[in-house]
Amino acid sequence: MRISKSRTVRAVTAALAVGMIATGCASERGKDGDKGGDKDTFVFAGAGDPSSLDPALASDGETFRVTRQAFEALLEHEPGGSKLVGGLAESWSSNDAGTVWTFNLRENVKFHDGEAFNAAAVCANYDHWFNWKGTYQSSAVSYYWQSIMGGFAKNEDKDAPKANYKSCTAKDPNTAVIEVHAPSANLPGGFSLQALAIHSPKALKAYATQAATGKDDAISYPKYSQEAGTVAGTGPYRITKWNKGNKEVTLQRFDEYWGDKAKVKNLVFRTISTEEGRRQALQAGDIQGYDLVSPADVKTLEKGGFQVPTRDVFNIFYVGMSQEKHPALKKPQVRQALAHAIDRDNIVKTQLPEGGKTATQFMPDTVAGFSDKVKTYPFDTAKAKQLLAAAGESKLKIEFCYPTEVTRPYMPAPQDIFELMKADLEKAGVTVTPKPLKWAPDYLDATEAGACALHMLGWTGDFNDGYNFIGTWFAEYDKQWGFKDPKVFDAVTAASKETDPAKRVEAYKKANDIIMEYLPGLPVSSSPPAIAFAKDVNPPKVSPLTQENFAEVSFK
Amino acid sequence: MLRLVVRRLLQLIPTLLGLSVLLFLWLNRLPGGPASAILGERATPTEVARINRALGLDQPVWVQYGRFLKRIAELDLGTSTKTGQPVWDEFALRFPATVELSVAAMLIAVVVGIPLGYLAARRRGGWLDVASVSGSLIGICVPVFFLGLILKGIFAVNLHVFPTYGRLTTGLDATEVTGFAVLDGLLTGELDAAGDALWHLVLPAVTLASIPLAVIVRMTRASVLEVLGEDYVRTAEAKGLEKRVVRLRHVLRNALLPVVTAIGLLTGSLLSGAVLTESVFDFGGIGSFIKIAIDARDYPVLVGFIMFIAMIYVVINLLVDLAYSLIDPRVRVN
Repeated sequence: MRISKSRTVRAVTAALAVGMIATGCASERGKDGDKGGDKDTFVFAGAGDPSSLDPALASDGETFRVTRQAFEALLEHEPGGSKLVGGLAESWSSNDAGTVWTFNLRENVKFHDGEAFNAAAVCANYDHWFNWKGTYQSSAVSYYWQSIMGGFAKNEDKDAPKANYKSCTAKDPNTAVIEVHAPSANLPGGFSLQALAIHSPKALKAYATQAATGKDDAISYPKYSQEAGTVAGTGPYRITKWNKGNKEVTLQRFDEYWGDKAKVKNLVFRTISTEEGRRQALQAGDIQGYDLVSPADVKTLEKGGFQVPTRDVFNIFYVGMSQEKHPALKKPQVRQALAHAIDRDNIVKTQLPEGGKTATQFMPDTVAGFSDKVKTYPFDTAKAKQLLAAAGESKLKIEFCYPTEVTRPYMPAPQDIFELMKADLEKAGVTVTPKPLKWAPDYLDATEAGACALHMLGWTGDFNDGYNFIGTWFAEYDKQWGFKDPKVFDAVTAASKETDPAKRVEAYKKANDIIMEYLPGLPVSSSPPAIAFAKDVNPPKVSPLTQENFAEVSFK
Repeated sequence: MLRLVVRRLLQLIPTLLGLSVLLFLWLNRLPGGPASAILGERATPTEVARINRALGLDQPVWVQYGRFLKRIAELDLGTSTKTGQPVWDEFALRFPATVELSVAAMLIAVVVGIPLGYLAARRRGGWLDVASVSGSLIGICVPVFFLGLILKGIFAVNLHVFPTYGRLTTGLDATEVTGFAVLDGLLTGELDAAGDALWHLVLPAVTLASIPLAVIVRMTRASVLEVLGEDYVRTAEAKGLEKRVVRLRHVLRNALLPVVTAIGLLTGSLLSGAVLTESVFDFGGIGSFIKIAIDARDYPVLVGFIMFIAMIYVVINLLVDLAYSLIDPRVRVN
């Protein structure tokens, strides 16, 4: 009995102590105000954790958002735009063949670990990536290197692309020359990618022995890429802490930065996976900004006094048609009928955020190569019916896949958009069988394998080159579309091989005309993704490529 | 007693083996795979095939299963396909948060539930009884996810009393010792961190406690009512024993037997509730990690997690049996 009494006493004491601490904390929170911190710290929420602190190993926007503040590439895009400008290279040029790229590098640039930036550092990076071995050669690890520069010094996988990278030479400390075997539509845009941002050679060397391993069902990222304080770039912030349990990456201002110093001392990127969770955290003052704002929330946030700037459109949303899945889609009249049947203006008006545009081709009008002369397919139910009848398909039955539990920057509310399209198609006499699928991997697998007769998908550009859009789908046979038309493929490939920038733009325009004449699917819209900030923040210039520079952020 | 413990632990082996076979068959029947989850919109058939080859997912199920068994024998759960880190490391990183949350929820459920159930039974038909019975019905009916959203909407977003997410306020530099944030704060003397962690726990813990609390109230009430009608209680009262002694030693002690069993099972099921609760509050524990793993078809994490939960269930059941024998000596004799 005595024992149990003393236990009770202890338990009550502990409970009281804990209660007192909690109460103390509560009163502190009250005093601080619900700002979520002081004016030295800016907290921004994204939807997912970064995958690696070394951007060379990543291919996702959440990772790049974090690393972009710490790493810089040779080129970058103008603030708030999609035009290429100098980054770590002040200027650049190429030979006529587009195979030799010369970069005049910025002087007096320092890495976070104190090392000096120069041409040798540039070459150390490119050679490092080119000589990757083992699991580093998996496209899950080095996706962007492979898509921009092809394979490696020694390809270990028979399916790996052929290397296009030839060499990098430090002509003098401030001039780096990168050579490729063949001209590529991905250059010079690729030089701006965060995955090809320049690291301190000292850090590269220190962690070079750490392997990415690929055994037992998974690819392991090397240890250094998961720990703050290992990697070193030249950016306005350096990464100081990655608290995976609390889903936060902390960056601190780099005082020796060559350009305009960051205005806020600490920058924290926090993962809040749901749209609603991010909005509520902003409204409660726990964070000062977030990305992937639901279009439905824009008005509510603006009414509440929050700032919700929208980026310029740099994406495309389309209805894919798989000709191999449904033979009727092989008939041009059927594809045209479906295009006429869908009221895309209505979708833009009712489903997309303000600034959304109806698409006329498979790239937004902000991309060089956008054509004003493409064949258009305005909403016309009667014409759709007429075309279907002419094709002998007046009683067309078709399966239409749409994704669930997802919103994408180009596709805010997939199910609502699908319902509108279904209603439109049914008005034209088409019987639609809905097929909802979970986004990843079910839906992505099905669409990529051409298993859906009709489906909805889209794309956000990596850099301003037409190939980054139409080359993704129409340079060669792709199961998703299931057609082989040399005229379309040749037009896209020819444009990508053109080395004269002005001629290349013309070639893309021509390719767009040919694609829209053929009509492999229906481009629906381009939408400006919104980003939200607290009232007391001066936000950065928003970028159509979602490449915001948080060093521009300050508190009012 | 020792024999019981050993026997029960040995029972784990066939249980886990059977479960692992079922899991493998189930996962292999699911459409899609980790490759397209890793690559997203950028997946092409060639890339998917390359990754599957690298991950060994192109091999027959039995080969993959054999590899998995070998690893398990070495106490290795493999590597997460989503994060590229060992599954054990991921669990070790996140499990303290979930345990902390589950313990807090269970504490609320037990500390509030047992007295409430007992009082409701003692005052049968009174306002407290009616309130607790109807309240517990609501607790069972309202989905955890929905309750979490409501509580968060009111107390975090509108009233700004509690934080909307996480385990600690952003920027608070707390020293990590055990990974249990409240405990770490107390151990290191960083009371502000302990308080902050506790403050972050309140809403998720109350949300997660809703179902076990409701079950415990109802079970305690029913059990106490049953015991109150037993002859030995009447005999004890007739003997003139002190009321407090009768209530605690004769009524509550005996009434608690089924409740203890229920608490054991509820503790196991708390982990599944944590998946939803942690998602609502972005709590950073194993629950929200599992949700991501499901989306990403992260097989090693899913298999590891389910096996781990199965193990916990068996261990909890063992502990319940041991607790049972402490409360009721007859069990020990048998």
